Amino acid sequence: MTNSIAEIEDSRCIFVIGSNTTECHPLIARRIYRGKEKGAKLIVADPRKIQLGRFADIAVNHRLGSDVALLNGIMHVIVKNGWQAKEFIEKRTEGYEELERTVSEYTPQRVSAITGVDPGKIERIAELYALNRPASLLYAMGITQHSTGVDNVKSCCNLALLCGNLAVQGGGVNPLRGQNNVQGACDMGGLPNVFPGYQSVNDPGSNEKFSKAWGRKLSDRVGYTITEMVPAMEEGRLKALYVIGENPKLSDPDWKHLDAAIRRLDLLVVQELFLSETAQIADVVFPAASVAEREGTFTNSERRCMRFRKAVEPMGNALPDWEIIMKLSNAMGYPMSYESAKAVFNEMSALTPSYAGMSYERLGLDGLTWPCPEPSHPGTPYLYKERFLRVNGKAKFHGIAYLDPAELPDEEYPYFLTTGRMFAHYHTGTMTRVSPHLDAEQVGGYVEIHPADARDLNITEGDIVVLSSRRGRMEAPARLTHTVEPGVFFLPIHFGENPANVLTNPAFDPIAKIPEFKVSAVKAEKLREP
Amino acid sequence: MNCRIVPSICSYCGTGCGVLFLVVDGRLMGTLPMKTHPVNEGKLCIKGWNLHEYVNSFIRLKSPLLKKDGRFRKCTWEEAIGFTADRLRSIVREHGPDSVGVLVSAKMSNEENYLAQKFARVVIGTNNVDHCARL
Repeated sequence: MTNSIAEIEDSRCIFVIGSNTTECHPLIARRIYRGKEKGAKLIVADPRKIQLGRFADIAVNHRLGSDVALLNGIMHVIVKNGWQAKEFIEKRTEGYEELERTVSEYTPQRVSAITGVDPGKIERIAELYALNRPASLLYAMGITQHSTGVDNVKSCCNLALLCGNLAVQGGGVNPLRGQNNVQGACDMGGLPNVFPGYQSVNDPGSNEKFSKAWGRKLSDRVGYTITEMVPAMEEGRLKALYVIGENPKLSDPDWKHLDAAIRRLDLLVVQELFLSETAQIADVVFPAASVAEREGTFTNSERRCMRFRKAVEPMGNALPDWEIIMKLSNAMGYPMSYESAKAVFNEMSALTPSYAGMSYERLGLDGLTWPCPEPSHPGTPYLYKERFLRVNGKAKFHGIAYLDPAELPDEEYPYFLTTGRMFAHYHTGTMTRVSPHLDAEQVGGYVEIHPADARDLNITEGDIVVLSSRRGRMEAPARLTHTVEPGVFFLPIHFGENPANVLTNPAFDPIAKIPEFKVSAVKAEKLREP
Repeated sequence: MNCRIVPSICSYCGTGCGVLFLVVDGRLMGTLPMKTHPVNEGKLCIKGWNLHEYVNSFIRLKSPLLKKDGRFRKCTWEEAIGFTADRLRSIVREHGPDSVGVLVSAKMSNEENYLAQKFARVVIGTNNVDHCARL
């Protein structure tokens, strides 16, 4: 997030696109409601009729994967009416002409034909967003999990820049992170192209810095992303995989493909709390300690680095992840001898400029938001106050043309399928489904179907539906609801016995390598008794 | 009876709510919201209130496991680490460091992510490091 969570309350307009905030980030949704109480306008754009939409000043259900068109249409109206922030554009951005040229082609009528949203509503959204500043834009996986994920994100940034809503309190482009330490994992260099603090592996300066600090010459070749590892396993280029606290068998697109690929590995090592779907097929399993059984820091969506403390002893012979990695490293001949998580933190912060001013003592109970470059720095609630990160300090507009999702419904597979989370469960369900109170809320998987589609398919509530796509087939009980539009099915991702990723499309964004979980084409029929 | 309140952070979504673990005689008994926390200001969602339940789950892994003849058997840390280190070493020797991948985790701490990617880059010698931010 460019801005902090608390600032959402200070916005005069909150635009939520591709995030089911009340179910997936309830304590951020609380800030949205607080903002609304203080008089902010609320705009919700989502292919499903989510709860937040009921409280919105305007809510639209645009067609799956049509986000770029919708956002371009909104910008078209803003430019046509001269509502853009001219001074901000002049002083702090470049490339505006390119944007204006592109969005000039996206008239509300044309956008309406792509998105299914009424032209009048597109104009109304533009008016609310442009004339109530500062406006905060919130999004989640509904924007990113597309083969055009990067285009979608750039379009969000275009809109915020156009109205001068970046580098201002209460504004911002705010992606809501789905896992407690996604932000931290990226910050710490858990990516194939960067060291901690986003220092490129192929930048000679950074490579030398880390080679020197760690005492070995490091590779400057960018590694595989998770989406590229699958074909690498299949073709025998990747022989061993060490999976820590992840369940790719259930979280990756195209389950069948991954399953076949992962079985070709010579060695699969899994470090986990539970015997997850992935751990079951491992050669070795390391039992890890949970959040209450170790200490360390997490960095949340708003870049706030916070400490968690040890409350109880690890269960059985489980060990904190850092101790396991240390043992393995020592056994492989590279000595590591950290006394505590704090010692690791100190080594990390010395090498990571955005964390350089942090220490366990300073973090206290509230934590600090990065960048925090010096021990006297108070942390940074919102970014780009003085300048943007590009060399000349200016933000750049990108003219983005709309592209269809990689797969659209056709005669053979006539329905859209989208996936996501529901309120009581979390990701692949390994943590929530073993929790009695959460399990009681939702025991098994289901598929959301609009009653009109159910009538066509002769399906009633609770019937087992067989869903198939070009990748595979699975079954789930039907849940009839008006939450989805006719022609669209929704599957939650938490349930291993009804795995949504059997069906989903492994097409991915060429830059971010994020798979298109949010759009695929399926057909459906009622399960017949044999 | 020895009762302690230990501050922590919720390990579900990316909001990062402050929680308090309630520990009675060394056992984790409950989760409470942290009143003064800047993110959640004393509120929690249904997952947060039940955070302690998965920690206490009886199906947690309690011992390292090694697979032999298609079956898992419990083993010591020395066996598990020794086996893994030997196999990794021979794979790196035979096929080069880029034949190994490490998936770090959005569920691990910053310290552990730092160590895991350091392990991949220094000990194995590959940049094949990624995690589920995209999933």
